Amino acid sequence: MEPISGIPAFIAMVAKNLGIFTLVILVVAYATYAERRVSAFIQDRRGPNRVGPFGLLQPIADGIKNILKEETLPGTASRFFFVLAPIMVLVPSLVTFAVIPIAAPLPTPWGVVDMIIADVPIGILYVLAFSSLAVYGVVLGGWASNNKYAFLGGLRASAQMVSYEVALGLSLIAVLMMAGNVTLTEVVWQQQQLGMWYAFPLSLAFILFVISAFAETNRLPFDMPEAESELVTGYHTEYSAMKFSAFMISEFGHMVTASALMATLFLGGWDLPGSWDNAFWYDGQLISGFAENGAPIAAQPAVWKTLLTFAGFAAKTGFFLLLYIWIRWTLPRFRYDQVMALGWKVMLPTSLGYVMLVAMTILVLDEVGVQYGFFYGLALTAVSGAATLSFMFFLDRGRTIAGAAAHTSQKIEVKTIPTAVASEDAEPAPAGD
Amino acid sequence: MSGAYLPILLLFGVSVINALGMVVTSHILNPRRDTPQKLMPYESGMIPLGSTKARFSVKFYMVAISFIVFDLETIFLIPWAVQMRDLGWSAFLAMSMFVSVLAIGLVYEWKKGGLEWD
Repeated sequence: MEPISGIPAFIAMVAKNLGIFTLVILVVAYATYAERRVSAFIQDRRGPNRVGPFGLLQPIADGIKNILKEETLPGTASRFFFVLAPIMVLVPSLVTFAVIPIAAPLPTPWGVVDMIIADVPIGILYVLAFSSLAVYGVVLGGWASNNKYAFLGGLRASAQMVSYEVALGLSLIAVLMMAGNVTLTEVVWQQQQLGMWYAFPLSLAFILFVISAFAETNRLPFDMPEAESELVTGYHTEYSAMKFSAFMISEFGHMVTASALMATLFLGGWDLPGSWDNAFWYDGQLISGFAENGAPIAAQPAVWKTLLTFAGFAAKTGFFLLLYIWIRWTLPRFRYDQVMALGWKVMLPTSLGYVMLVAMTILVLDEVGVQYGFFYGLALTAVSGAATLSFMFFLDRGRTIAGAAAHTSQKIEVKTIPTAVASEDAEPAPAGD
Repeated sequence: MSGAYLPILLLFGVSVINALGMVVTSHILNPRRDTPQKLMPYESGMIPLGSTKARFSVKFYMVAISFIVFDLETIFLIPWAVQMRDLGWSAFLAMSMFVSVLAIGLVYEWKKGGLEWD
Protein backbone atom coordinates (compact mmCIF):
# COMPACT_ATOMS: atom_id res chain seq x y z
CA MET A 1 0.00 0.00 0.00
CA GLU A 2 1.30 3.43 -0.93
CA PRO A 3 1.02 6.52 1.24
CA ILE A 4 -1.41 9.11 -0.03
CA SER A 5 0.09 11.92 -2.10
CA GLY A 6 -0.75 14.89 -4.32
CA ILE A 7 -4.14 16.65 -4.30
CA PRO A 8 -5.95 13.87 -2.36
CA ALA A 9 -3.29 14.16 0.35
CA PHE A 10 -4.00 17.88 0.65
CA ILE A 11 -7.74 17.26 0.89
CA ALA A 12 -7.11 14.53 3.49
CA MET A 13 -4.93 16.91 5.47
CA VAL A 14 -7.62 19.62 5.59
CA ALA A 15 -10.29 17.05 6.41
CA LYS A 16 -8.22 15.52 9.22
CA ASN A 17 -7.43 18.97 10.59
CA LEU A 18 -11.03 20.13 10.75
CA GLY A 19 -12.30 16.71 11.80
CA ILE A 20 -9.94 16.24 14.73
CA PHE A 21 -10.34 19.88 15.78
CA THR A 22 -14.13 19.51 15.86
CA LEU A 23 -13.77 16.23 17.69
CA VAL A 24 -11.57 17.77 20.37
CA ILE A 25 -14.00 20.68 20.84
CA LEU A 26 -16.91 18.24 21.10
CA VAL A 27 -15.09 16.06 23.61
CA VAL A 28 -14.24 19.18 25.63
CA ALA A 29 -17.89 20.27 25.62
CA TYR A 30 -19.09 16.87 26.75
CA ALA A 31 -16.30 16.57 29.30
CA THR A 32 -17.84 19.58 31.08
CA TYR A 33 -21.18 17.79 30.93
CA ALA A 34 -19.62 14.53 32.13
CA GLU A 35 -17.94 16.31 34.99
CA ARG A 36 -21.24 17.72 36.20
CA ARG A 37 -23.08 14.43 35.77
CA VAL A 38 -20.38 12.34 37.43
CA SER A 39 -20.00 14.78 40.31
CA ALA A 40 -23.78 14.66 40.73
CA PHE A 41 -23.65 10.87 40.71
CA ILE A 42 -20.88 10.82 43.31
CA GLN A 43 -22.73 13.30 45.51
CA ASP A 44 -26.04 11.46 45.14
CA ARG A 45 -27.94 14.13 43.23
CA ARG A 46 -29.17 14.42 39.66
CA GLY A 47 -27.04 17.04 37.92
CA PRO A 48 -28.08 18.80 34.70
CA ASN A 49 -30.98 16.81 33.23
CA ARG A 50 -33.42 19.38 31.84
CA VAL A 51 -31.95 20.52 28.49
CA GLY A 52 -32.59 17.76 25.98
CA PRO A 53 -32.66 14.02 26.76
CA PHE A 54 -30.60 13.36 29.94
CA GLY A 55 -29.47 16.99 29.74
CA LEU A 56 -27.32 16.17 26.72
CA LEU A 57 -27.81 19.60 25.16
CA GLN A 58 -26.58 21.37 28.31
CA PRO A 59 -23.10 22.24 26.88
CA ILE A 60 -24.75 23.93 23.88
CA ALA A 61 -27.10 25.88 26.13
CA ASP A 62 -24.12 26.94 28.24
CA GLY A 63 -22.25 28.08 25.14
CA ILE A 64 -25.17 30.19 23.87
CA LYS A 65 -25.65 31.69 27.31
CA ASN A 66 -21.98 32.59 27.63
CA ILE A 67 -21.90 34.29 24.23
CA LEU A 68 -24.93 36.44 25.05
CA LYS A 69 -24.01 37.41 28.62
CA GLU A 70 -22.64 40.79 29.53
CA GLU A 71 -18.90 40.91 30.02
CA THR A 72 -17.26 43.05 32.61
CA LEU A 73 -13.86 44.55 32.09
CA PRO A 74 -12.38 45.94 35.28
CA GLY A 75 -11.64 49.65 34.98
CA THR A 76 -8.10 49.23 36.22
CA ALA A 77 -7.21 46.24 34.00
CA SER A 78 -4.79 46.45 31.11
CA ARG A 79 -7.29 46.14 28.28
CA PHE A 80 -5.06 44.64 25.60
CA PHE A 81 -3.47 41.94 27.76
CA PHE A 82 -6.79 41.24 29.46
CA VAL A 83 -8.30 40.29 26.09
CA LEU A 84 -5.13 38.59 24.85
CA ALA A 85 -4.79 36.21 27.84
CA PRO A 86 -7.77 33.90 27.13
CA ILE A 87 -6.66 33.57 23.50
CA MET A 88 -3.13 32.74 24.60
CA VAL A 89 -4.43 30.04 26.92
CA LEU A 90 -6.90 28.58 24.47
CA VAL A 91 -4.68 28.20 21.39
CA PRO A 92 -1.91 25.99 22.88
CA SER A 93 -4.45 23.68 24.49
CA LEU A 94 -6.08 23.03 21.11
CA VAL A 95 -2.89 22.85 19.03
CA THR A 96 -1.10 20.25 21.17
CA PHE A 97 -3.33 17.46 19.93
CA ALA A 98 -1.77 17.61 16.45
CA VAL A 99 0.95 15.01 17.01
CA ILE A 100 -1.12 12.34 18.77
CA PRO A 101 -2.09 9.38 16.52
CA ILE A 102 -5.74 8.50 17.07
CA ALA A 103 -6.19 5.27 15.08
CA ALA A 104 -4.55 2.76 12.74
CA PRO A 105 -3.83 4.05 9.19
CA LEU A 106 -6.95 4.24 7.02
CA PRO A 107 -6.85 2.76 3.51
CA THR A 108 -8.57 4.83 0.78
CA PRO A 109 -8.67 4.39 -3.01
CA TRP A 110 -5.99 7.11 -3.26
CA GLY A 111 -3.57 5.63 -0.74
CA VAL A 112 -3.17 5.11 2.99
CA VAL A 113 -4.02 8.00 5.28
CA ASP A 114 -2.30 8.26 8.67
CA MET A 115 -4.79 9.05 11.41
CA ILE A 116 -2.72 11.86 12.88
CA ILE A 117 -2.77 15.55 11.99
CA ALA A 118 1.00 15.95 11.66
CA ASP A 119 3.52 13.14 12.10
CA VAL A 120 6.38 15.53 12.79
CA PRO A 121 9.82 14.14 13.66
CA ILE A 122 9.93 16.12 16.93
CA GLY A 123 6.80 14.50 18.42
CA ILE A 124 7.04 14.67 22.18
CA LEU A 125 9.23 17.78 22.14
CA TYR A 126 6.40 19.58 20.33
CA VAL A 127 3.95 18.49 23.04
CA LEU A 128 6.28 19.68 25.81
CA ALA A 129 6.88 23.01 24.08
CA PHE A 130 3.25 23.84 23.36
CA SER A 131 1.72 22.59 26.58
CA SER A 132 4.09 24.78 28.58
CA LEU A 133 3.11 27.85 26.54
CA ALA A 134 -0.24 27.91 28.35
CA VAL A 135 1.42 29.15 31.53
CA TYR A 136 2.06 32.52 29.83
CA GLY A 137 -1.63 33.06 29.22
CA VAL A 138 -2.46 32.13 32.81
CA VAL A 139 0.11 34.51 34.30
CA LEU A 140 -0.86 37.24 31.87
CA GLY A 141 -4.54 36.85 32.73
CA GLY A 142 -3.80 37.09 36.43
CA TRP A 143 -1.53 40.06 36.01
CA ALA A 144 -3.70 42.02 33.56
CA SER A 145 -6.83 41.73 35.73
CA ASN A 146 -5.24 44.04 38.30
CA ASN A 147 -6.92 42.08 41.06
CA LYS A 148 -5.08 40.69 44.07
CA TYR A 149 -6.76 37.29 43.94
CA ALA A 150 -6.11 36.94 40.24
CA PHE A 151 -2.52 38.04 40.63
CA LEU A 152 -1.83 35.53 43.39
CA GLY A 153 -3.59 32.81 41.41
CA GLY A 154 -1.45 33.55 38.37
CA LEU A 155 1.74 33.47 40.44
CA ARG A 156 0.82 30.20 42.09
CA ALA A 157 -0.12 28.70 38.74
CA SER A 158 3.21 29.63 37.19
CA ALA A 159 5.27 28.25 40.08
CA GLN A 160 3.26 25.04 40.23
CA MET A 161 3.27 24.43 36.49
CA VAL A 162 7.02 24.90 36.13
CA SER A 163 7.70 22.72 39.20
CA TYR A 164 5.81 19.76 37.84
CA GLU A 165 7.03 20.24 34.31
CA VAL A 166 10.45 19.02 35.47
CA ALA A 167 9.04 15.75 36.81
CA LEU A 168 6.84 15.43 33.71
CA GLY A 169 9.82 15.76 31.40
CA LEU A 170 11.97 13.39 33.43
CA SER A 171 9.32 10.68 33.54
CA LEU A 172 9.10 10.95 29.75
CA ILE A 173 12.81 10.15 29.46
CA ALA A 174 12.18 6.53 30.44
CA VAL A 175 9.64 6.20 27.61
CA LEU A 176 12.09 7.71 25.14
CA MET A 177 14.75 5.20 26.20
CA MET A 178 12.41 2.33 25.45
CA ALA A 179 11.06 3.75 22.20
CA GLY A 180 14.34 5.11 20.87
CA ASN A 181 12.52 7.95 19.14
CA VAL A 182 10.48 11.02 20.02
CA THR A 183 7.64 10.60 17.52
CA LEU A 184 4.44 9.28 19.04
CA THR A 185 3.76 6.92 16.12
CA GLU A 186 7.07 5.24 16.91
CA VAL A 187 6.17 5.06 20.60
CA VAL A 188 2.96 3.22 19.68
CA TRP A 189 4.86 0.94 17.27
CA GLN A 190 7.49 0.04 19.87
CA GLN A 191 4.76 -0.88 22.34
CA GLN A 192 3.30 -3.19 19.71
CA GLN A 193 6.76 -4.69 19.21
CA LEU A 194 7.31 -5.15 22.93
CA GLY A 195 4.04 -7.01 23.25
CA MET A 196 2.99 -5.02 26.29
CA TRP A 197 2.03 -1.44 27.07
CA TYR A 198 4.61 0.75 28.77
CA ALA A 199 2.40 1.15 31.84
CA PHE A 200 3.80 -2.18 33.08
CA PRO A 201 7.54 -2.12 32.27
CA LEU A 202 7.70 1.59 33.18
CA SER A 203 5.18 1.59 36.00
CA LEU A 204 6.88 4.22 38.16
CA ALA A 205 7.24 6.59 35.18
CA PHE A 206 3.52 6.07 34.53
CA ILE A 207 2.61 7.00 38.11
CA LEU A 208 4.90 10.04 38.11
CA PHE A 209 3.54 11.15 34.74
CA VAL A 210 -0.08 10.89 35.88
CA ILE A 211 0.64 12.91 39.04
CA SER A 212 2.52 15.56 37.04
CA ALA A 213 -0.22 15.72 34.43
CA PHE A 214 -2.78 16.40 37.16
CA ALA A 215 -0.59 19.19 38.50
CA GLU A 216 0.06 20.62 35.02
CA THR A 217 -3.63 20.87 34.23
CA ASN A 218 -4.33 22.50 37.63
CA ARG A 219 -6.90 19.89 38.51
CA LEU A 220 -7.70 18.77 42.02
CA PRO A 221 -5.90 17.83 44.23
CA PHE A 222 -3.52 20.38 42.70
CA ASP A 223 -5.93 23.21 41.98
CA MET A 224 -4.07 25.78 44.07
CA PRO A 225 -4.21 28.47 41.34
CA GLU A 226 -7.98 28.61 41.66
CA ALA A 227 -8.49 27.50 45.24
CA GLU A 228 -12.04 28.75 45.71
CA SER A 229 -11.84 29.03 49.47
CA GLU A 230 -8.76 31.25 49.31
CA LEU A 231 -8.60 33.05 45.98
CA VAL A 232 -12.24 33.17 44.75
CA THR A 233 -11.34 31.51 41.43
CA GLY A 234 -7.74 32.58 41.09
CA TYR A 235 -6.39 33.90 37.82
CA HIS A 236 -9.76 34.12 36.07
CA THR A 237 -11.62 35.91 38.89
CA GLU A 238 -12.28 38.99 36.72
CA TYR A 239 -13.24 37.08 33.59
CA SER A 240 -16.86 36.62 32.67
CA ALA A 241 -19.03 35.39 29.80
CA MET A 242 -17.11 34.05 26.78
CA LYS A 243 -13.66 34.92 28.12
CA PHE A 244 -14.36 32.81 31.18
CA SER A 245 -15.57 30.12 28.82
CA ALA A 246 -12.26 30.31 26.97
CA PHE A 247 -10.38 29.58 30.19
CA MET A 248 -12.77 26.73 30.93
CA ILE A 249 -12.39 25.24 27.44
CA SER A 250 -8.63 25.47 27.67
CA GLU A 251 -8.61 23.70 31.04
CA PHE A 252 -10.66 20.86 29.65
CA GLY A 253 -8.67 20.95 26.41
CA HIS A 254 -5.51 20.39 28.43
CA MET A 255 -7.23 17.55 30.24
CA VAL A 256 -8.24 15.90 26.96
CA THR A 257 -4.74 16.29 25.52
CA ALA A 258 -3.10 15.00 28.70
CA SER A 259 -5.46 12.02 28.76
CA ALA A 260 -4.73 11.22 25.13
CA LEU A 261 -1.03 11.58 25.81
CA MET A 262 -1.14 9.25 28.82
CA ALA A 263 -3.08 6.74 26.72
CA THR A 264 -0.53 7.00 23.90
CA LEU A 265 2.64 6.88 25.97
CA PHE A 266 1.67 4.27 28.53
CA LEU A 267 -1.42 2.39 27.37
CA GLY A 268 -0.36 1.72 23.80
CA GLY A 269 -2.27 4.55 22.09
CA TRP A 270 -4.67 3.11 19.55
CA ASP A 271 -3.09 -0.34 19.85
CA LEU A 272 -5.41 -3.13 20.92
CA PRO A 273 -4.22 -6.46 22.36
CA GLY A 274 -2.96 -8.85 19.69
CA SER A 275 -0.80 -8.09 16.68
CA TRP A 276 -3.60 -7.96 14.08
CA ASP A 277 -3.68 -4.15 14.07
CA ASN A 278 0.08 -3.46 13.96
CA ALA A 279 1.01 -0.89 11.32
CA PHE A 280 4.06 1.30 10.89
CA TRP A 281 5.80 3.13 8.05
CA TYR A 282 9.16 1.51 7.41
CA ASP A 283 11.19 2.45 4.33
CA GLY A 284 8.09 3.84 2.64
CA GLN A 285 6.14 0.66 3.26
CA LEU A 286 3.36 -0.02 5.74
CA ILE A 287 4.53 -3.04 7.69
CA SER A 288 3.06 -5.05 10.54
CA GLY A 289 6.29 -6.61 11.79
CA PHE A 290 9.41 -8.48 10.81
CA ALA A 291 9.78 -12.13 9.78
CA GLU A 292 12.42 -14.40 11.35
CA ASN A 293 14.99 -13.45 8.71
CA GLY A 294 14.39 -9.73 9.25
CA ALA A 295 12.26 -9.18 6.17
CA PRO A 296 9.37 -6.76 6.73
CA ILE A 297 5.84 -8.16 6.58
CA ALA A 298 3.33 -5.93 4.80
CA ALA A 299 0.42 -4.71 6.91
CA GLN A 300 -3.18 -5.11 5.79
CA PRO A 301 -4.91 -1.86 6.69
CA ALA A 302 -8.69 -1.99 6.72
CA VAL A 303 -11.50 0.41 7.50
CA TRP A 304 -12.84 -1.77 10.30
CA LYS A 305 -9.38 -1.93 11.87
CA THR A 306 -9.20 1.87 11.84
CA LEU A 307 -12.64 2.18 13.40
CA LEU A 308 -11.94 -0.46 16.05
CA THR A 309 -8.57 1.00 17.03
CA PHE A 310 -10.15 4.45 17.18
CA ALA A 311 -12.74 3.07 19.58
CA GLY A 312 -9.91 1.62 21.66
CA PHE A 313 -8.12 4.96 21.73
CA ALA A 314 -11.34 6.76 22.68
CA ALA A 315 -11.95 4.28 25.50
CA LYS A 316 -8.44 4.76 26.93
CA THR A 317 -8.69 8.55 26.70
CA GLY A 318 -12.15 8.43 28.25
CA PHE A 319 -10.80 6.34 31.10
CA PHE A 320 -8.25 9.01 31.98
CA LEU A 321 -10.86 11.77 31.67
CA LEU A 322 -13.08 9.86 34.06
CA LEU A 323 -10.10 9.40 36.38
CA TYR A 324 -9.60 13.19 36.40
CA ILE A 325 -13.22 13.75 37.41
CA TRP A 326 -13.29 10.89 39.87
CA ILE A 327 -10.17 12.08 41.70
CA ARG A 328 -11.54 15.61 41.83
CA TRP A 329 -14.45 14.42 43.95
CA THR A 330 -12.39 11.98 46.00
CA LEU A 331 -9.34 13.81 47.32
CA PRO A 332 -9.10 17.03 49.31
CA ARG A 333 -6.95 19.90 48.10
CA PHE A 334 -3.27 20.14 49.06
CA ARG A 335 -1.77 23.07 50.89
CA TYR A 336 0.52 25.12 48.68
CA ASP A 337 3.71 24.24 50.54
CA GLN A 338 2.75 20.56 50.28
CA VAL A 339 2.36 20.94 46.51
CA MET A 340 5.81 22.47 46.17
CA ALA A 341 7.40 19.95 48.56
CA LEU A 342 5.91 17.05 46.60
CA GLY A 343 7.15 18.49 43.33
CA TRP A 344 10.72 19.29 44.34
CA LYS A 345 11.50 16.91 47.18
CA VAL A 346 9.69 13.76 46.04
CA MET A 347 8.89 13.81 42.33
CA LEU A 348 12.17 15.28 41.09
CA PRO A 349 14.64 13.00 42.94
CA THR A 350 12.46 9.94 42.30
CA SER A 351 12.19 10.57 38.58
CA LEU A 352 15.93 11.29 38.31
CA GLY A 353 16.81 8.08 40.12
CA TYR A 354 14.28 6.10 38.14
CA VAL A 355 15.69 7.32 34.81
CA MET A 356 19.12 6.05 35.81
CA LEU A 357 17.64 2.75 37.06
CA VAL A 358 15.80 2.16 33.78
CA ALA A 359 18.87 3.07 31.76
CA MET A 360 20.97 0.61 33.72
CA THR A 361 18.39 -2.17 33.41
CA ILE A 362 18.07 -1.67 29.65
CA LEU A 363 21.84 -1.72 29.19
CA VAL A 364 22.20 -4.85 31.32
CA LEU A 365 19.41 -6.58 29.37
CA ASP A 366 21.12 -5.66 26.09
CA GLU A 367 24.41 -6.91 27.48
CA VAL A 368 22.90 -10.24 28.51
CA GLY A 369 21.40 -10.51 25.02
CA VAL A 370 17.66 -10.54 25.71
CA GLN A 371 15.66 -9.79 22.55
CA TYR A 372 13.40 -6.72 22.58
CA GLY A 373 10.11 -8.48 23.18
CA PHE A 374 7.83 -9.90 25.81
CA PHE A 375 10.55 -11.23 28.17
CA TYR A 376 12.44 -7.96 27.89
CA GLY A 377 9.25 -6.29 29.07
CA LEU A 378 8.77 -8.80 31.89
CA ALA A 379 12.28 -8.20 33.25
CA LEU A 380 11.70 -4.44 33.21
CA THR A 381 8.28 -4.93 34.81
CA ALA A 382 9.93 -6.75 37.71
CA VAL A 383 12.54 -4.01 38.23
CA SER A 384 9.99 -1.21 37.89
CA GLY A 385 7.54 -3.00 40.12
CA ALA A 386 10.14 -3.18 42.87
CA ALA A 387 10.91 0.52 42.39
CA THR A 388 7.22 1.41 42.47
CA LEU A 389 6.59 -0.61 45.62
CA SER A 390 9.49 0.98 47.48
CA PHE A 391 8.36 4.43 46.27
CA MET A 392 4.85 3.77 47.58
CA PHE A 393 6.21 2.38 50.83
CA PHE A 394 8.41 5.44 51.30
CA LEU A 395 5.59 7.87 50.50
CA ASP A 396 3.15 6.06 52.73
CA ARG A 397 5.40 5.38 55.77
CA GLY A 398 2.50 3.83 57.62
CA ARG A 399 0.41 6.97 57.44
CA THR A 400 -2.09 6.76 54.62
CA ILE A 401 -2.78 3.27 53.35
CA ALA A 402 -1.51 1.36 56.38
CA GLY A 403 -2.97 4.05 58.64
CA ALA A 404 -6.41 3.72 57.09
CA ALA A 405 -6.22 -0.06 57.40
CA ALA A 406 -5.27 0.23 61.07
CA HIS A 407 -8.08 2.72 61.63
CA THR A 408 -10.79 0.40 60.33
CA SER A 409 -9.54 -2.50 62.46
CA GLN A 410 -9.56 -0.39 65.61
CA LYS A 411 -12.37 -0.87 68.06
CA ILE A 412 -14.53 2.19 68.18
CA GLU A 413 -14.67 3.49 71.72
CA VAL A 414 -18.17 4.62 72.51
CA LYS A 415 -18.23 7.40 75.03
CA THR A 416 -21.30 7.42 77.24
CA ILE A 417 -22.47 9.81 79.91
CA PRO A 418 -21.90 8.20 83.30
CA THR A 419 -25.45 7.13 84.05
CA ALA A 420 -24.99 6.69 87.81
CA VAL A 421 -24.20 10.41 88.30
CA ALA A 422 -26.98 11.47 85.97
CA SER A 423 -29.62 9.49 87.81
CA GLU A 424 -28.55 10.85 91.20
CA ASP A 425 -28.90 14.48 90.16
CA ALA A 426 -32.03 14.20 88.09
CA GLU A 427 -35.25 14.53 90.04
CA PRO A 428 -37.72 11.88 88.98
CA ALA A 429 -40.64 13.54 87.22
CA PRO A 430 -43.80 13.42 89.25
CA ALA A 431 -46.09 10.78 87.91
CA GLY A 432 -49.48 11.58 86.57
CA ASP A 433 -48.64 15.17 85.55
CA MET B 1 10.46 17.35 5.52
CA SER B 2 9.13 20.83 6.21
CA GLY B 3 5.86 19.73 4.59
CA ALA B 4 5.18 17.73 7.74
CA TYR B 5 4.73 20.98 9.63
CA LEU B 6 2.12 22.44 7.25
CA PRO B 7 -0.84 20.74 8.99
CA ILE B 8 0.34 22.19 12.31
CA LEU B 9 0.29 25.66 10.79
CA LEU B 10 -3.22 25.01 9.53
CA LEU B 11 -4.37 23.76 12.93
CA PHE B 12 -2.76 26.77 14.55
CA GLY B 13 -4.69 29.04 12.17
CA VAL B 14 -7.97 27.24 12.90
CA SER B 15 -7.38 27.51 16.65
CA VAL B 16 -6.53 31.21 16.50
CA ILE B 17 -9.58 31.95 14.35
CA ASN B 18 -11.71 29.95 16.76
CA ALA B 19 -10.35 31.79 19.81
CA LEU B 20 -10.65 35.21 18.17
CA GLY B 21 -14.12 34.32 16.94
CA MET B 22 -15.26 33.49 20.45
CA VAL B 23 -14.00 36.77 21.87
CA VAL B 24 -15.23 38.96 18.98
CA THR B 25 -18.68 37.32 18.66
CA SER B 26 -19.42 37.71 22.32
CA HIS B 27 -18.16 41.31 22.18
CA ILE B 28 -20.64 42.08 19.38
CA LEU B 29 -23.59 40.18 20.83
CA ASN B 30 -23.42 40.98 24.51
CA PRO B 31 -24.83 44.09 26.18
CA ARG B 32 -22.57 46.61 27.92
CA ARG B 33 -23.95 48.63 30.81
CA ASP B 34 -21.00 49.77 32.84
CA THR B 35 -21.46 51.16 36.32
CA PRO B 36 -18.67 52.22 38.70
CA GLN B 37 -19.39 49.24 40.93
CA LYS B 38 -19.15 46.84 38.01
CA LEU B 39 -15.81 48.24 36.92
CA MET B 40 -14.29 47.81 40.36
CA PRO B 41 -11.95 44.82 40.78
CA TYR B 42 -13.74 42.05 42.64
CA GLU B 43 -12.29 41.63 46.10
CA SER B 44 -15.15 39.92 47.88
CA GLY B 45 -17.21 43.10 48.06
CA MET B 46 -14.53 45.24 49.69
CA ILE B 47 -13.27 48.44 48.13
CA PRO B 48 -9.76 47.45 46.98
CA LEU B 49 -6.99 48.66 49.28
CA GLY B 50 -3.45 49.31 48.15
CA SER B 51 -1.74 48.44 44.91
CA THR B 52 -1.99 45.07 43.17
CA LYS B 53 1.50 45.42 41.76
CA ALA B 54 3.01 45.00 45.19
CA ARG B 55 6.18 43.00 45.65
CA PHE B 56 5.67 39.29 46.01
CA SER B 57 7.59 36.53 47.72
CA VAL B 58 11.14 35.85 46.57
CA LYS B 59 10.36 32.10 46.63
CA PHE B 60 8.71 32.34 43.23
CA TYR B 61 12.05 33.48 41.80
CA MET B 62 13.78 30.58 43.50
CA VAL B 63 11.36 28.15 41.89
CA ALA B 64 11.85 29.77 38.50
CA ILE B 65 15.64 29.53 38.72
CA SER B 66 15.54 25.89 39.88
CA PHE B 67 13.13 25.16 37.05
CA ILE B 68 15.54 26.52 34.45
CA VAL B 69 18.37 24.35 35.80
CA PHE B 70 16.39 21.12 35.90
CA ASP B 71 14.41 21.70 32.72
CA LEU B 72 17.69 22.22 30.87
CA GLU B 73 18.87 18.97 32.41
CA THR B 74 15.82 17.24 30.94
CA ILE B 75 16.55 18.74 27.54
CA PHE B 76 20.14 17.45 27.74
CA LEU B 77 18.93 14.01 28.75
CA ILE B 78 16.54 13.63 25.78
CA PRO B 79 19.16 13.17 22.98
CA TRP B 80 21.02 10.65 25.10
CA ALA B 81 17.81 8.79 26.01
CA VAL B 82 16.87 8.40 22.35
CA GLN B 83 20.27 7.01 21.39
CA MET B 84 21.05 5.27 24.67
CA ARG B 85 20.93 1.66 23.47
CA ASP B 86 23.44 2.36 20.71
CA LEU B 87 25.78 4.47 22.82
CA GLY B 88 26.24 1.86 25.53
CA TRP B 89 28.04 2.01 28.87
CA SER B 90 30.51 4.82 28.23
CA ALA B 91 27.70 7.28 27.50
CA PHE B 92 25.83 5.95 30.53
CA LEU B 93 28.86 6.69 32.69
CA ALA B 94 29.14 10.20 31.29
CA MET B 95 25.44 10.88 31.89
CA SER B 96 25.69 9.45 35.41
CA MET B 97 28.36 12.01 36.19
CA PHE B 98 26.22 14.78 34.69
CA VAL B 99 23.16 13.70 36.67
CA SER B 100 25.09 13.28 39.91
CA VAL B 101 26.51 16.81 39.62
CA LEU B 102 22.95 18.11 39.34
CA ALA B 103 21.80 15.81 42.13
CA ILE B 104 24.49 17.29 44.38
CA GLY B 105 23.20 20.72 43.38
CA LEU B 106 19.68 19.68 44.37
CA VAL B 107 20.89 18.35 47.73
CA TYR B 108 22.78 21.61 48.34
CA GLU B 109 19.72 23.69 47.52
CA TRP B 110 17.61 21.48 49.76
CA LYS B 111 20.01 21.74 52.73
CA LYS B 112 20.31 25.51 52.26
CA GLY B 113 16.52 25.74 52.56
CA GLY B 114 15.90 26.78 48.97
CA LEU B 115 13.05 24.31 48.65
CA GLU B 116 11.29 25.29 51.89
CA TRP B 117 8.10 27.19 51.41
CA ASP B 118 7.48 28.63 54.86
